Amino acid sequence: MALKKDFVKFDKVDKSYDGKVLVVKDLQLDIEEGEFVTMLGPSGSGKTTCLMMLAGFETPTNGEIYLDGKAISSIPPHKRGIGMVFQNYALFPHMTVYENLAFPLRVRKIPKDEADKKIDKALSMVSLQGFASRMPGQLSGGQQQRVAVARSLVFDPQLVLMDEPLGALDKNLRESMQYEIKHIHENIGVTVVYVTHDQSEALTMSNRIAVFNDGKVQQLSSPDELYEKPVNSFVAEFIGENNTFVGEVSDISGGKCKVKIANTDILANPISVKGKGEKTKISLRPERALINPSDQMDNIHSGKIEEVIYHGDHTRVRINLLGNNQFILKVPNSSANLDIKLGKDIKIGWNSEDARALDPS
Amino acid sequence: MSSETKQILTTDGIPLEVSLKKAERKNKIKAFLLVAPLLFFLIITYVFPIGDMLFRSVDDKMVTQMLPKTFKAMENWDGQELPDEEVFAAFHEDFIKLVEDKREGKLSTQLNYTKNGFKSIIKKLRRKSKSFEEGNYKEQIMSVHKRWADVEYWRAIKRRAPEFTSQKYLKGMDMYVNEEGKIVSVEEDRRIHRVLWLRTLEIAFFVTVFCFLMAYPIAHLLATLPMKYSNLLMICVLLPFWTSLLVRTASWMILLQQQGIVNDFFVGIGLVADDNRPEMMYNKTGSYVAMTQILLPFMVLPLYSVMKTISPSLMRAGKSLGGTPFVAFWKVYFPLTIPGIGAGCLLVFILAIGYYITPALVGGASGTLISNQIAFHMKSTLDWSFASAMGLMLLSGVLVIYWLYNKLVGIDNIKLG
Repeated sequence: MALKKDFVKFDKVDKSYDGKVLVVKDLQLDIEEGEFVTMLGPSGSGKTTCLMMLAGFETPTNGEIYLDGKAISSIPPHKRGIGMVFQNYALFPHMTVYENLAFPLRVRKIPKDEADKKIDKALSMVSLQGFASRMPGQLSGGQQQRVAVARSLVFDPQLVLMDEPLGALDKNLRESMQYEIKHIHENIGVTVVYVTHDQSEALTMSNRIAVFNDGKVQQLSSPDELYEKPVNSFVAEFIGENNTFVGEVSDISGGKCKVKIANTDILANPISVKGKGEKTKISLRPERALINPSDQMDNIHSGKIEEVIYHGDHTRVRINLLGNNQFILKVPNSSANLDIKLGKDIKIGWNSEDARALDPS
Repeated sequence: MSSETKQILTTDGIPLEVSLKKAERKNKIKAFLLVAPLLFFLIITYVFPIGDMLFRSVDDKMVTQMLPKTFKAMENWDGQELPDEEVFAAFHEDFIKLVEDKREGKLSTQLNYTKNGFKSIIKKLRRKSKSFEEGNYKEQIMSVHKRWADVEYWRAIKRRAPEFTSQKYLKGMDMYVNEEGKIVSVEEDRRIHRVLWLRTLEIAFFVTVFCFLMAYPIAHLLATLPMKYSNLLMICVLLPFWTSLLVRTASWMILLQQQGIVNDFFVGIGLVADDNRPEMMYNKTGSYVAMTQILLPFMVLPLYSVMKTISPSLMRAGKSLGGTPFVAFWKVYFPLTIPGIGAGCLLVFILAIGYYITPALVGGASGTLISNQIAFHMKSTLDWSFASAMGLMLLSGVLVIYWLYNKLVGIDNIKLG
């Protein structure tokens, strides 16, 4: 049984609430069966709207959404068979955990003994056996969250939507829940569409991430590709930490380009620049720049240390480099690097292919 | 070990509890002084009048005090045959004293409540008693009127001996103590109070139901509409609150009377014939319509405050899990609004059960409630003890409802906002 490439398909979807502003613009998105796709973006970028359209609580202003090959715009939410985990869990406060889980099974008229088996299975999946008779109010935030996940999975939906489900949890719990949800997904192979504004959450859990901004998908790719190879400067700046240089292309040849910054030329990897004279923003991940560089590196410059912040396993060093005094370096804390002192001049080097020349915006 | 934990001392060596009390005392006094005016106000305007009402409704000392010697002499009387000379002599002595104080009229009124026919024979006794001779009062009194020789009348006097009576309460239920001392109902065509009690319950019940049916969708709209619309709607709901009760009732009179706007409209669209206009006022319909409108906000507000707290994502969750909109509403939304429903219904029912002005103005004969009867006895018959008794019966009815509600739903589940 081959997995469908376009299990969920957004086809030229537009959405506007007031007829004046498009919240989602010409969205084109395919999600593969069994995939864990995260919609990541700042608030107001349209990601939650997309999820609500998929769940059926909002209708697309234009375009169509397909689920397993069927157009679903005219199907009401309760007939779509999509599981959903809400931001504030949305557990029914007047029902026990058991009744909460039994709700989707009862409305589907599943016999009681079969339903009980499914509920047991779902509760053990989130390791909450023995909590069936508790009320949601008697559970901690993390437990409520797990009940919500179990409830969204108990009726064996093909697709589960999660709308910032971990937003209300504290940091440690959030991290452990990320792994837990990831493992559940791996074990049962359900397709998950996950919405978050937390990039580390997205990077940890997803097969693919769709970065939203301004109603559009800026980039849809795997976490490593998103981090290592951002296609535009929004993605580069939104995901992870980033050093930027703004300059003008002075030469472009052989898969490399020269960019003029503060009277110095640096070599970069031309991603979205085509010719001489174009303005560009160069993006370089902090861990790709090294102090005490080896001679093979084709960019070696020197700068002055402006700030040193101790972070335990590494030290963050802020350097004034080529007129950019926000240049960050992450230096592993090993005995070789102990001579980093404030005000000292040091040499920094990187490979030109790690410096991506992107659009100037 | 345990004694050590019991006696924790502060650094100055004072026991911790003593020190804590000392520190808190000032605040406690302040708090008490703040609520003291309200407390006194409540005692004077609420506890005291209700206590007085309770007392008045059972108080029957008047006759007891007017005929002290008679009742003392009657203690040994079995009530079968006519009492003996001793009782008659004591009665004569009491009576002469009353005549001197010019209070025999009050006695006749009081005894007449117990049994008809006392008024005339007491008048006659007063006239004749002036020429009574010493001794053998039994013969002399009996010769005044043949009723004085009737054992029924002497039993009626004896029934007034106790200082307290439940007679007013029985009267409120259309019952009385008959000659044999048994509690029986009055004849069917004279039962007015039972009808009124039942009607009061009926009207209060249906007004509550109507209020609920109308308020639920309004409250839901209020809770879910965007702010700018819901504010406007809220003003519409609250507008009646800012209008005088009398004005509102009067406007219903203008609307509902036979030549009123509603009837004109019905005639205008041909729903009813001009010479056959329905009566919508001065009957139960009038009470239903006006009371429902006036009590509606008391249902809307508790419902609204509860619905406001229900997250819209709960309904969404219900639908996304496969419930039809109705199932999601019935299994998820509705159960969560029960505290509001309880509060609203309790409030409306209790207010309706004691409603006075509106039914008095638009209720007519068939739309008046027990409260109108109470007012009637306060103002017209001046039988305050009976009015008190009925007032207390109403109050205890409300308390019973409150108790029932607490048993069924739980008072702490109530939410007034």
